[in-house]
Amino acid sequence: MSATSHGYDHPEHAAQDHAHDDEESHGSRKGYWIGFALSAVLTAIPFWLVMTNPLSAQTTALIIMAFAAAQIIVHMIFFLHMNRRAEGGWSMMALLFTIVIVGISLAGSLWVMYHMNANMMPAMNMQDMGGMG
Amino acid sequence: MQTTTHPAISPILGRFTLESLPLHEPIVVATFVAVAIGGIALLAALTYFKLWAYLWKEWFTTVDHKRIGIMYMILGIVMLLRGFSDAIMMRLQQAMAFGNEGYLNAHHYDQVFTAHGVIMIFFVAMPIVTGLMNYVVPLQIGARDVSFPFLNNFSFWMTASGAVMVMMSLFVGEFAQTGWLAMPPLSGIGFSPGVGVDYYIWSLQIAGVGTLLSGVNLICTIVKMRAPGMTMMKMPIFCWTALCTNILIVAAFPVLTAVLALLSLDRYADTAFFTNTLGGNPMMYVNLIWIWGHPEVYILILPMFGVFSEVTSTFSGKRLFGYTSMVYATCVITLLAYLVWLHHFFTMGSGASVNSFFGITTMIISIPTGAKIFNWLFTMYRGRIRFELPMMWTVAFMITFTLGGMTGVLLAVPPADFVLHNSLFLVAHFHNVIIGGVLFGAFAAINYWWPKAFGFKLNQFWGKLSFWLWVSGFYFAFVPLYVLGLMGVTRRLRTFEDPSYQIWFLIAAFGAFLVALGIAAMLIQFAVSIRDRKKLVDVTGDPWNGRTLEWATSSPPPDYNFAFTPIVHDGDAWADMKARGYQRPTSGYKDIHMPSNTGTGVILGALSTAFGVGMIWYVWWLAGLSFIGILAVAIGHTFNYKRDYHIPAADVTREEDARTAALAGAAA
Repeated sequence: MSATSHGYDHPEHAAQDHAHDDEESHGSRKGYWIGFALSAVLTAIPFWLVMTNPLSAQTTALIIMAFAAAQIIVHMIFFLHMNRRAEGGWSMMALLFTIVIVGISLAGSLWVMYHMNANMMPAMNMQDMGGMG
Repeated sequence: MQTTTHPAISPILGRFTLESLPLHEPIVVATFVAVAIGGIALLAALTYFKLWAYLWKEWFTTVDHKRIGIMYMILGIVMLLRGFSDAIMMRLQQAMAFGNEGYLNAHHYDQVFTAHGVIMIFFVAMPIVTGLMNYVVPLQIGARDVSFPFLNNFSFWMTASGAVMVMMSLFVGEFAQTGWLAMPPLSGIGFSPGVGVDYYIWSLQIAGVGTLLSGVNLICTIVKMRAPGMTMMKMPIFCWTALCTNILIVAAFPVLTAVLALLSLDRYADTAFFTNTLGGNPMMYVNLIWIWGHPEVYILILPMFGVFSEVTSTFSGKRLFGYTSMVYATCVITLLAYLVWLHHFFTMGSGASVNSFFGITTMIISIPTGAKIFNWLFTMYRGRIRFELPMMWTVAFMITFTLGGMTGVLLAVPPADFVLHNSLFLVAHFHNVIIGGVLFGAFAAINYWWPKAFGFKLNQFWGKLSFWLWVSGFYFAFVPLYVLGLMGVTRRLRTFEDPSYQIWFLIAAFGAFLVALGIAAMLIQFAVSIRDRKKLVDVTGDPWNGRTLEWATSSPPPDYNFAFTPIVHDGDAWADMKARGYQRPTSGYKDIHMPSNTGTGVILGALSTAFGVGMIWYVWWLAGLSFIGILAVAIGHTFNYKRDYHIPAADVTREEDARTAALAGAAA
């Protein structure tokens, strides 16, 4: 918390700025342990899949991506303490905005680059480039 | 893979040799001599008048958002002079070079147009926008500073560090010759083996850290530090636009950082992200950099929309028409700014479906912008309009920007874009919106808030002269470029064959000359106003009969901004307080808790410059040492517990009593 925000004369406002007043949103030891355990599991399984190759390459890739997405959610809930109430709802709003922007950027880039590749790459290269650029 | 063999790299000086100094370019040598003499004179004057300690203690190490804001503005204006010198060099070259080589060789000319673009966007427009937000936002929300005052100082010095590197490239080595976005494969190591692109990369990366952190800082300030009673929908419109701009900064700048990092990997570590070979894809660079680049133009213009809103409302003596629609328009633009990036490369070949989508989104984004224009017009309608300088710039903006907006919508039609892409029509369009929008907004803001920052108004005569020179100069300089664009002239050309173009380039050069006079008139305006500051003084702190909280305190505001945090009941809080017969409290002051100055930001900025120079010149020991230095200083600073102090109540009383006396004197 900043130094200046303590300088407010208004009691309610000053109180709201003191970090120790909303200790709850900073998580508990138990929360961190659960988060740690989940992250470890979510990391170990993809490692095992890659090292022992029980599935086809494509299935493995899809599963790893799914685990990565789950990993992001675990980090946000247990380490970044994301919930609907945090910071008066601002955290959730920021998260939704981020998801929208990242979604637009990723989906848009794939869409744009796929079309560019299909339209612009010389035909002989199409084979070895595969469908996507 | 490009198999470039670098010339021998010295372990001590990297790839720097005496050949790197552009001694064979008489223009650069002459500039260097002039800059060196000017610089030595300035340093001597600072030493002679014993100003070093003052500058260090009161300015360089300050964490006061007001002083940091002013430093950003000074940086922006100084860099404007550099960027404009580049502009006038290009105008001269293009006006002269018909059937001859002109006076700039290709290597120099290509650096000039690249530097012009980079400097004007990153080191003129960005510092001015950040400076304005820094100065005004905390005052408008009734706060004593930003949320993270040290971070603010650090951000400024990172931006300054980037600017220093760009300036250095003028005299040591070269700047990029790639155009302002450094598109690969041209910017790859194969086609640009020199230091130019590395100067580009590291100055933007380091300045980008500053921009991103100041974005975080201002979002936090606006969300967490509003005065009691100021709900989001009672916030001044400039704060809304600042909030949306900073959200755009935080969401967009990491994309720029990432794409430049990938380009550096291609250049330094022989990776192949954007190469023509080994599966690399230069088109991906174009795609990614415009995902940053389009939001960037809204980062520049949104705060200026806020400025125009404040100015129109103040000088029409009315509440802003359609405040709520203005807020929603701003938010819609914030989101849509991410849905239009492909209109910068319609011609790259995404095909009809993709192009139509982005053409339509581009046309849609003009709707909220148009709504804003109508809001300003309706605010003026039946208002008691005072045509002071800020209002004059605002009216010039409304006319100029609307023209630029219309040519923009024209370019949004993909088939039309196929004809006009990369032509001078495009160059005229974006100068039309950036000069007509961002610069006119900056000048409106400077004229509007100068009395707040310094306690006296700006001279009217020189201000009006500057206004007319700038506005007419703009039209003389850029309408010919529209014509030339329609005649088929592409951008960044150095020489021409067809003599029918020349008359238009001569008119454009004349326009640039008028703008040069406009800049001179503005600098004279500042000088004359500082000289006549006693005559132009404003003791009320509210020279324009303002409506928002920054006008509630003295000019310049005390370090602590407000002796008592204001309590807000309505939008346009200060107009509301005045209407309800607000009496300024004159006693009962308490100690005020404030952040302390620190030199850490300057040191980190200097180390970052050293790091950048080391990376650019392959001086690995310098890069390594300064990087370790950056980490050590940053970690060391976390152990600095002397971060705050209290202004004793007695000092506050003395300051406020002086204001009480001044106000009584003004009333008498």
